Amino acid sequence: MRKGQYRFVAGFLLVPVALYLIFVIWPYIQTFGYSLTDWKGQSQTFDFVGLDNYKALFQDDIFMGAIWHNILFLVFIPVITILLALFFAFMLNAGGRGRAGGVSGVAGSKFYRVVYFFPQVLSLAILAVLFRAVYRSDGGGMLNGALVKLGLVDADRPVEWLNEPDFVLWALIVVVVWHGVGFYLVLFSAAMQSIPKDIYEAALIDGASRGQSFFRITLPLLWDSVQTAWVYLGIAAMDMFILVSTMTSGEFGGGPDHHSEVMATVMMRNFLYYGKSGYACAMGVIMLLLTLILSVVMLRATRRERIEF
Amino acid sequence: MGSTSAENGAGKSAETTAAQHGTDGVGRRALIKRSAALGLVSVPAMGFLSACASGGGGGESNDDTQGETSKDNPFGVKKGTKLDVVIFKGGYGDDYAKAWEAAFRKKWGVTSTHTGTQEITGKLQPRFNAGNPPDIVDNSGAQKIKIDVLHRNGQLLDLAEVLDAPSVDDPSKKVRDTVIPGTLDPGLQEGKVVALNYIYTVWGLWYSGKLFEENGWEVPKTWADFLAICKDAKSQGIGGLAHQGKYPYYINVAIMDLIAKKGGLDAMKAIDNLDPKAFVGSDAAQAAVEAVYEVVEKGYLMPGTNGLDHTESQTRWNQYKAAFITSGSWLENEQLKQTPPDFDMKFLPMPLLEGSEMPFEAIRAGSGEPFIIPAKAKNLPAAKEFMRMMLSREWSTLFAKEANSLTILKDGVDPSVQLRPGTQSTVEASKAAGDNTFRFLYTEWYSEMDTAIQNASNELMARRIQPKEWLKRAQAAVDKAAKDPASKKNRRE
Repeated sequence: MRKGQYRFVAGFLLVPVALYLIFVIWPYIQTFGYSLTDWKGQSQTFDFVGLDNYKALFQDDIFMGAIWHNILFLVFIPVITILLALFFAFMLNAGGRGRAGGVSGVAGSKFYRVVYFFPQVLSLAILAVLFRAVYRSDGGGMLNGALVKLGLVDADRPVEWLNEPDFVLWALIVVVVWHGVGFYLVLFSAAMQSIPKDIYEAALIDGASRGQSFFRITLPLLWDSVQTAWVYLGIAAMDMFILVSTMTSGEFGGGPDHHSEVMATVMMRNFLYYGKSGYACAMGVIMLLLTLILSVVMLRATRRERIEF
Repeated sequence: MGSTSAENGAGKSAETTAAQHGTDGVGRRALIKRSAALGLVSVPAMGFLSACASGGGGGESNDDTQGETSKDNPFGVKKGTKLDVVIFKGGYGDDYAKAWEAAFRKKWGVTSTHTGTQEITGKLQPRFNAGNPPDIVDNSGAQKIKIDVLHRNGQLLDLAEVLDAPSVDDPSKKVRDTVIPGTLDPGLQEGKVVALNYIYTVWGLWYSGKLFEENGWEVPKTWADFLAICKDAKSQGIGGLAHQGKYPYYINVAIMDLIAKKGGLDAMKAIDNLDPKAFVGSDAAQAAVEAVYEVVEKGYLMPGTNGLDHTESQTRWNQYKAAFITSGSWLENEQLKQTPPDFDMKFLPMPLLEGSEMPFEAIRAGSGEPFIIPAKAKNLPAAKEFMRMMLSREWSTLFAKEANSLTILKDGVDPSVQLRPGTQSTVEASKAAGDNTFRFLYTEWYSEMDTAIQNASNELMARRIQPKEWLKRAQAAVDKAAKDPASKKNRRE
């Protein structure tokens, strides 16, 4: 590049980089600054307290519990979503049998592809309303209504899905998975369609079963997409704020009795409701760190040799 | 626009300076730089200008709004001036304020600009900062501006002048002597009343008069009677008690009211003052929580109510799926659309436990919905008069009719006016209670402790913990709050 061009490029970069610095990096730095104070969020008066907020954080059972819930989400949401999405994508693209010689999806795959994508077009807010109706704790709920009709549940003692410490996290996982599978199915489908058909045909001629062609051909060639999906889902699992705060009980959700608490809900409650804003900023910094570590670890752990085709 | 206010002049002078710099003959680049800098400077000035444009009747200086004072016109309202009213349009709507404004125009010839909004902070913070606030504001809702912040910035009028003025209904009395005792206290900042908490709320149980009549149930005055009705209801497939389980705030109304009524004001103050024996070691607390747990244990809760939110549970109750529900007096207005016309909503003070200190009629009650007058309001005389009229019987009745709630004015509703049944029953209950009212303050002072107790109540209602454990957890929350040095500031005698 000639010298003049640097200036030209820099000129174009200046505005976006400035915006990024002002609206992304600077708030991060500010948050870190506030996390070292006893700021109460309503005025600009506060005292410097050093690392006290961070020390308190590690003795806060509620926040520690929230981290564990995030980790649980982190394990189960990506695994279940990716497995289901891979399975469906494979069935839609290469799972069909019957027609001699060709590799195709199961019958009606075009229809399913559209249907599976439906949940993805719903916003999280609508999703929360929808699933609150599904999990509703009296006979008016979809699940309870069906179970009562089938005689599996006593009408006087319906299952309070979102008010059961043992169910609430799983109930939330189901919502996220239901919502996400369609999107990752499309992502994986697109990647699968770029795999040359002759590889499958060659495998078929050699007598490969569905399972073998999936594990030996599809999965290795899809690895880039799976890796991306993993990072996205992982980041979503670290958040979960919208669903937890709207669906579960308590101020900013997290109920019953902190059993569905995630880091973001604890942070919001401390920030806005308890007025412990400095303390909440410390939580924000920890969240940022954990998410960064997570991204790095996942990208490293899933790194494989690239197969060119 | 086009008025000659001070702000307007400031804006103009900034523009003229910009023009002068332009003719100095400096290089083009320097000119652009400078004019950009000046542009930045003049942005606030432009803000003044546009605020002026949207401010409706803005522009008049205070001299223009000051009329002659007289006996009937203590603040000197001037005919033909304008009043800028901003109302929080929440659960109570803003129709009541429109009715007031119409009455005000009729009496004083002062027309008003009405703004009904939920975005109090978003709409008003810039106006306060620009020195162009409205004349009177209902500063409520989730996006209200914090009163202490406004006060510290000198933005609020000390309402003493209004409160010491003669009452509209009886000029021999001061306005402050016509309100229910204690209702002005929440508006105090450093010893001055700067906010008028206008709405009078009562908390307790609610039932359907129709359902009770059909089943021949008598209004329960004791906890035993209450349980008997729950039992009878259950035998007919109706739930006994419904509560808004997703928000344990509501079941705490029942538990805490029982504690206060059983143990008297001392039991209540023990909690607010973070006494080491507020819960564990308090007979009142133990009796109250055991009484509520009895409802759970005997299966008298409306099925599934623990997981329902306020709309779901209240609507179920409106569908005669439960005999009682816990709530405050906003309930009737909140449920207007869901309530069947012949439902006959009724308020009920919390029934008494055996050996209670307070009488059955005692209720939890207090004021809310703060109205403020900005110190820099353009039309102060009219704003003060408007607030004085809010505390007249006529306007208080208007409010009760339009918003289905009571105001802090003592005996403030004209008996000849037909109110909705729920509101009417709160009028009667409030009268019967007389001075036997109480109000917990820990919910305002210690939100973290409040949340911890709410969580414990949620577990209690779901039968995951027993009353003993509830007491322990509630006490632990109290002890934790007491450790915070900031808690020393709050104390009630």
